Amino acid sequence: MRRLLDAASPAPALASMAAVTLFAVLFLHAESQEAVIGITVVAVIALLLLARFGWNRLAAASFAGHSRSGQASVLIGVLVIVAVFHDQHFPLLMLASVLLYIVVCLGLNLQFGYAGVVNFAGAAFYGVGCYTAAVLTSHTALPHLAVVLIGGLMAAVIGSLLILPVLRTYGHYAALVTIAFGILFRVFLEVNDALGGPQGMKVQGMEILGWKLNEGLQFGDLEFSFYANYVLVALVMAAVAFMLVRRLERSWIGLNLDAVRLDETASAAFGIDVARWKITAFTLGNFLTGLAGAVYAMMTGFVAPNSFTFGDSLILVSIVILGGIGNPWGLTVAAAIVLMLPEKLQFIQEYRLLLYAGLVILILLFRPGGLMPRQVRNYLPGWKP
Amino acid sequence: MSTLLACEGLSMRFGGLVALNELSLAVNAGEILGLIGPNGSGKTTFFNVITGIYQASEGRVDYLGHDLARMSAQEIYRAGVTRTFQRSRLCLPLSIFDNLMIGNHRRLNHGLWFNLFQRAAFRRQFEEQHAKARGLVRTFSAPLAERLFEAAGSVNMIDRRRIEICRALISEPTLLLLDEPSAGMTHEETRELMDDILIVREHMPGLSIIIIEHEMNVIERITERCIVLNFGQKICEGPYAQVAADAQVQEAYLGTE
Repeated sequence: MRRLLDAASPAPALASMAAVTLFAVLFLHAESQEAVIGITVVAVIALLLLARFGWNRLAAASFAGHSRSGQASVLIGVLVIVAVFHDQHFPLLMLASVLLYIVVCLGLNLQFGYAGVVNFAGAAFYGVGCYTAAVLTSHTALPHLAVVLIGGLMAAVIGSLLILPVLRTYGHYAALVTIAFGILFRVFLEVNDALGGPQGMKVQGMEILGWKLNEGLQFGDLEFSFYANYVLVALVMAAVAFMLVRRLERSWIGLNLDAVRLDETASAAFGIDVARWKITAFTLGNFLTGLAGAVYAMMTGFVAPNSFTFGDSLILVSIVILGGIGNPWGLTVAAAIVLMLPEKLQFIQEYRLLLYAGLVILILLFRPGGLMPRQVRNYLPGWKP
Repeated sequence: MSTLLACEGLSMRFGGLVALNELSLAVNAGEILGLIGPNGSGKTTFFNVITGIYQASEGRVDYLGHDLARMSAQEIYRAGVTRTFQRSRLCLPLSIFDNLMIGNHRRLNHGLWFNLFQRAAFRRQFEEQHAKARGLVRTFSAPLAERLFEAAGSVNMIDRRRIEICRALISEPTLLLLDEPSAGMTHEETRELMDDILIVREHMPGLSIIIIEHEMNVIERITERCIVLNFGQKICEGPYAQVAADAQVQEAYLGTE
């Protein structure tokens, strides 16, 4: 028992992930509002109690010491949820959306978590990916993997139009530039008849090398919702994006991005090309956002300007702040909370922007590092001098 | 003795304010040069101009065949000129090691492919640089060398100063600019720090240092030559004892009777 509760053992990490998976299953399964609230309250109390006994530190140390098995346990957790809800559309759609939002927030995290380039137009870049997929699938016969890639590239290219004004302005002014872009983008969509105007556009379902994702898989009697396919695709994307952002942070490039955010003058005095790294982070971040957008459009089969408002951009930013600026694990947890809670608790729906705003203010006041504050850079996990 | 850096007719104007007024001076290779003068005489502005933080209004700064007055801060760093700042400019949330590696920028590989996918090669470079950083910090303070992966904001003032100096030294510069290294420290701490700088210099024989300092005993102890600025011009130069006795210098500091 003692050895299992040791930080050097993978047990605390695996037990934590099992508990989180169990909670997610119960939460998604609950039908009545009372049950959803009950489960959430019990989970929060359990979490606070465990934190009181130092469990979270133990689990964090265990995750850090066993990053491979920790990551594998997260993947398995997602697959367990897919298996439990295999024939239900709604929970799987939500799960896929969370995974795609994680990809977007990883991109945003690169931009303002590391390089300090604020971007209040996240939803607009997501929209660029969505509309790219809509246009390309309805007018061309390009393979869909290429469509997704072009979705990312389009977001990166359109982002580079913005980079000049963003580089020339500082702080609040750069934020205003991105806000203006987000609003312009939406107005552009609404008045543009070729893109369906306010009614939006239909998008074809995804097809990868002959695998039609809009047809649910069937194994004997076991029928899967077609959203399970999208969960798998989104899971692969999120895992790859996560790994890339992680590696980037744990490298000299991650260091350059942090230096640029924290002190531009000192960075320049030590040879760091401030513009180059801001552009790198901004472009890579928008690329990830566009990729996720293209998949999302093909999954929902429909895009409209109303899904890409300033409010949606704010939600993306609040996910990153809530989770812990600069911590990919934090935004993963925050994305799940922010997307799932209002979907299950319908009475929150109407007030959700208010709720997020309140939450972000509370976090910034009392826990500026977020739910899971970022630690100092650990270049090589497990490395000891 | 050969000249490492020579500036000629260097002027820096901010609107109507003339911070450097056709300044001409020379730094010899391998020397420790003290730069002194009353507040507002243009010492820090001189550092900012020759490190590319300000663009000079006029004049040139010859350094190993370059004209620093026409180069960006990044190019000047790559040419081997590094500095510390009057008010500490460390990245406090980052680890001590991170801060040192910022100073080591030109010795690191910043390729996207290398950093993301050649992790074995990255590991080798990391280990090499870690050993170097540890060795350098240990010259200044052995306990500090054990804390490289703690946030720079978690250590006290003198250790922050040490980190800042190590950050400027780790890329093995040709010219090091120290802007008031003793600010905010006691005499004893300053003395320790200066001893450490002299030790490091023995390992880097080619290194030249320009030091701005208000503590005259520091200047007296470690500089070989001093240049006195007043109103953006050089008013005197020579060994410390000589400039301290100079009538013009005394007038600049104390005023006329």
